[in-house]
Amino acid sequence: MATHDANLPLGRGMKAPAATGTRHLRKWGLPVETLVLGLTLLLWVVMALTTSTFLTTNNVVNILRQVSIDSIIAFGVLFPILIRGIDLSVGSVVALSGVVCATLLTAGVPIPLAIALTLVLGVAIGSLNAFSVYRLGIPAFIITLAGLQAFRGGAFLVSDGTSVFGLPKALSAFARAEWLGIPSLFWSMLVIGVVLHFILSRTRTGRYMIAMGSNHESARRAGINIKRIVFFAYIVSSVTACIAGMLLMARMSIGSPTAGVAYELNAIAAAVVGGASLFGGRGSVLGTFIGALLFATIANAANLLGIDSFWQMVATGILIAAVVYVDNLHKRRQSGVK
Amino acid sequence: MSLLEVRDLKKRFGAVEVLCGVDLTLEAGEVLAVVGDNGAGKSTLIKHISGVYRRDSGDIALGGKAVAFDSPKEARRAGIETVYQDLALADELSVGANIFLGREPVRRWLGLLPVIDRGRILQETQRLIDSIESHIPDGASTVAGLSGGQRQAVAIARALYWDAKVVILDEPTAALAVMERENVIKLSRMLAAKGVGVIYIGHNLVEILEVADRIAVMYRGRIVHVARSEETTQEELIKYMTGYSERRESAA
Repeated sequence: MATHDANLPLGRGMKAPAATGTRHLRKWGLPVETLVLGLTLLLWVVMALTTSTFLTTNNVVNILRQVSIDSIIAFGVLFPILIRGIDLSVGSVVALSGVVCATLLTAGVPIPLAIALTLVLGVAIGSLNAFSVYRLGIPAFIITLAGLQAFRGGAFLVSDGTSVFGLPKALSAFARAEWLGIPSLFWSMLVIGVVLHFILSRTRTGRYMIAMGSNHESARRAGINIKRIVFFAYIVSSVTACIAGMLLMARMSIGSPTAGVAYELNAIAAAVVGGASLFGGRGSVLGTFIGALLFATIANAANLLGIDSFWQMVATGILIAAVVYVDNLHKRRQSGVK
Repeated sequence: MSLLEVRDLKKRFGAVEVLCGVDLTLEAGEVLAVVGDNGAGKSTLIKHISGVYRRDSGDIALGGKAVAFDSPKEARRAGIETVYQDLALADELSVGANIFLGREPVRRWLGLLPVIDRGRILQETQRLIDSIESHIPDGASTVAGLSGGQRQAVAIARALYWDAKVVILDEPTAALAVMERENVIKLSRMLAAKGVGVIYIGHNLVEILEVADRIAVMYRGRIVHVARSEETTQEELIKYMTGYSERRESAA
């Protein structure tokens, strides 16, 4: 075992038992994203062949709408995960931003200003999370768990416990719109995904996030401004959650304080199934999208086949465990543990 | 004028005096080994030179100019690179990304957005890898898949590329296989041949005698003996490392 693994509390440092059943899995040598993409495509093919309802324009557009909002949240959550943090507050931020934006709109604030103010809220929440993690030294898991509670409470307070109705028609029209046969929500997701992918793969900020998540000490010694990176990661997470919250609000035509419950877990699952490591340093926007697409497909397929939604939850759970297990095998192989 | 001069360096952690007046000179183009038992003060000494600790008293001069670093970053900027025992490489980044970490060349994408110049990093890294003949497969592979010796080579290559004046190697062979040790020794000599002053911290005296031009022995926070490698032996070094000679002198 090389000494560099000593700083990882678990996961990669563990010895692989040389069980016969795992040997062939290790030979694949595929990054987990490829595997998950294959699984998703397989599901699409099987569903297309066995049902008449799956591969219809309506249903595909439906999946694309669903995957859009899930992906946007998951893209954001990927950023704290990359620096070995986490953001559990995004589901509640989705609700809070939807309710705040809806309240502003019904009070007669013009749409662009309402959107801008909601985005400022996202920056503020992200800064608060980053400040708590970086300056106050509160573990990200704890502070964002606190946020999960507090922002949900805030959403109920702002909306007086009920949904906010009476949004401008233009918003629901936007959520229903399609360009070139593709829903506007999907276009929004594409734009956000491309921008975040660009930041991750091409800019210093993205590279420093990976360096930080990979080896915090090496990042510090290389003179990287850790504070800046921490703030950036958490602000991206909160702002994308706010964008998702507003899109969801537009889609439902209401600002609902109960929106986005457990979305943080779906988002984290999508990122992890898409190749992100909860120990930081690994993960991609494209992989996260593939992860979200797999979950959206499973939900849709289960719906069409009339499978009990409880079984669907069980299947999703097993899938998360299985994918991460296979990915661990791959990583062990890569880091040379025999 | 020496490249690096340390005079009467003192440091105390609480009641413990870890460095009690260390004097050391390092010339450009030499490998100076610092040896000593655990707790002799080797690590504390190099951490003063590399800007991790601040001294209580004493002077450090680099190229004749007095320096006082507040952080490792400042020391690095002044030309003092440290290759730590744990190497401080980011596993998930490529060899090139590690060598350039924190100092990436940037170009303007579409004349606007600043993006990392990946082509240039790859090109420079390949040139660097070829020049040190270290058997690193290629500059684009991630560090996670490299052996201990290859990682050491990446860390040394980083120092080499950034034109360090002083390179501190902190037990560079501690976790390496025999073959890889030879490579690190070769790289250390290569650094010295390029005019870098190398401080080599180590335990293995056979290796020290092979790599170093001069050897400084630390014992209980002091440098008790400095010798040219060809004029000393393992036995003599051990005597000073264990304090045997000091006890004998004080008894005499």
